[in-house]
Amino acid sequence: MSSAQIEIQLIASLVAIACAIPGTFLVLRKMALITDAISHSILPGIVIGFFITHDLSSPLLIVMAAASGVLTVILVEFIQKTGLVKEDTAIGLVFPVLFSIGIILISKNANDVHLDVDAVLLGELAFAPFDRLFIKDIDLGPKSLWVIGTILIITVGLLFTFFKELKVSTFDAGLASALGLSPMVMHYGLMTVSSVTTVGAFDAVGAILVIALMIAPAATAYLLTNDLKKMLVLAITFGVGSAILGYWMAHALDASISGSMTTVLGLLFLLVYLFAPEKGLLSVLYRQRQQRIEVSLLTFLLHLANHEEKEERHVQHLNEHINWQKVQATSVLNLALKNNMITIDNNIVSLTDKGQHFTKEAIDYIITNKNSEIEHMKDRFFLFRG
Amino acid sequence: MTSKEKIAVQIDDLTVAYNYKPVLWDIDLAIPEGVLMAIVGPNGAGKSTLIKSILDIIKPIAGSIQIYGKAYKTQRSLVAYVPQKGSVDWDFPTTALDVVMMGTYGSLGWIKRPGQKQKKAALEALEKVGMLAFKNRQISQLSGGQQQRIFLARALVQNASIYFMDEPFQGVDATTEKAIINILKELRKAGKTVIVVHHDLQTVPEYFDWVTFLNVKKIATGPVKDIFNDDNLTKTYGINYKVAVSQ
Repeated sequence: MSSAQIEIQLIASLVAIACAIPGTFLVLRKMALITDAISHSILPGIVIGFFITHDLSSPLLIVMAAASGVLTVILVEFIQKTGLVKEDTAIGLVFPVLFSIGIILISKNANDVHLDVDAVLLGELAFAPFDRLFIKDIDLGPKSLWVIGTILIITVGLLFTFFKELKVSTFDAGLASALGLSPMVMHYGLMTVSSVTTVGAFDAVGAILVIALMIAPAATAYLLTNDLKKMLVLAITFGVGSAILGYWMAHALDASISGSMTTVLGLLFLLVYLFAPEKGLLSVLYRQRQQRIEVSLLTFLLHLANHEEKEERHVQHLNEHINWQKVQATSVLNLALKNNMITIDNNIVSLTDKGQHFTKEAIDYIITNKNSEIEHMKDRFFLFRG
Repeated sequence: MTSKEKIAVQIDDLTVAYNYKPVLWDIDLAIPEGVLMAIVGPNGAGKSTLIKSILDIIKPIAGSIQIYGKAYKTQRSLVAYVPQKGSVDWDFPTTALDVVMMGTYGSLGWIKRPGQKQKKAALEALEKVGMLAFKNRQISQLSGGQQQRIFLARALVQNASIYFMDEPFQGVDATTEKAIINILKELRKAGKTVIVVHHDLQTVPEYFDWVTFLNVKKIATGPVKDIFNDDNLTKTYGINYKVAVSQ
């Protein structure tokens, strides 16, 4: 690996981490769409900052961009508060206006400045190592590494300092407010961090793909854990993993680095969406199937409990009477046998003591809806899980 | 009301508006210390808004609210709040214990993190509401009644003097309702003031000793045995109040 390759992967990884942290909270706050808005509407801020400094990695750009990002949020909330339009409409109204102001500013001055719309939208990570920071002729590495590194350190510092406040204001803003932990400060703080991070990531991945780096790792992590801290760690891991895998995919295909990174993020999400142990699609389908079988099992056991007479308990009769498909009847019968709930003697089905006990408990539960009574059954059966 | 009764919450001339439409209009209300009070009124009467205004979550356009004679901002530690269950996202990645711990965040203040002391208090509160066994359960995997108990435990851990609860019986089973009301009665016995937004008019005399009728304006407030009558119900709910009672 050349040093430029290492630098590109390092920048991409830092960008991924810096995006995953605010992204996790944005996903939990159901504010993914606002990232989209911010990533576009910071453009006029960047352009104006660039006109003033003529330097794409000047701190002033970041300040201006953060200001226009927060302005977006304020405008969206202002329009929404009038009660005339809903939040998504307000977002859709605000960011194209700000974005187009940026586009007009760029095109009006295209002859004077080296800032073109393609670079703004897509970024170019491959060029990052060429723009270097020198102090007294000493090469300190790529400028964007310093920019995103600084942003990341601030983000991590804020996360550790205000983790508790962020968590409670995300989960229950009313409580946070009543406790005096101003959820408004957290809200605008998060918006500022998101805007600043977007600018920092801008160089590397551009305005559109930064959304993927903020939302996809967090959305993937959300499917895999029920713990906020683990969700943050997983989101960071997925972000960094996709950044590095994406780089090598781009290398192999000779394609855009940011495009490849986003593709890997998308594929990763798809995998987790399908195969996540609890929340994944396959696992949900499996659980639904199990629940169906267990409802059938209970119906079957209830029928046995209600009928003393032998002819009602003949295997053949059960098939006809409860009117199930043969496949289902067999699987229900097997499930009951496997759990020692029934015995079959000469094709006559009888409840065992365990079967009787289970049926009674289950009926009691359905009638009284008391959770405490079936707590111990939850591990064995899907039916009683939330 | 005798003069030696302490007033826990004093509200004068409170008006709250959303988009210039008043939802609470010129409310005067004095809640004595140590009562278990229901706030009743039809949908849109401003019951939740009243609680949120007292807790400084909503800014009123006029009037003053005092907790033991001082502004809420200086009295936060005396007050605990149970919001409506539906006001939060129960799919949030956290456990029952962690939600209860959030009740300690107020006394911790900014930046400081919860430690062993806070955890111990949270576990005790969980035990009090009969949810200790569920402490590590993800909150989306709790039933509606269990979620409400978790919210109650979170308020208990605040160890406050005044408890505000927004419809704590909504969507809970009968057992949980009984368990919750027993805890509320215990709080009153310990000298705490408990204020509950309540919907089921039939249980008012059984559960509460104090009641406030609210419908944008305050209709009446006082001991249940004195003022919980047809006259006030009619004034609050209109002529069809009996339908409301029989539901």
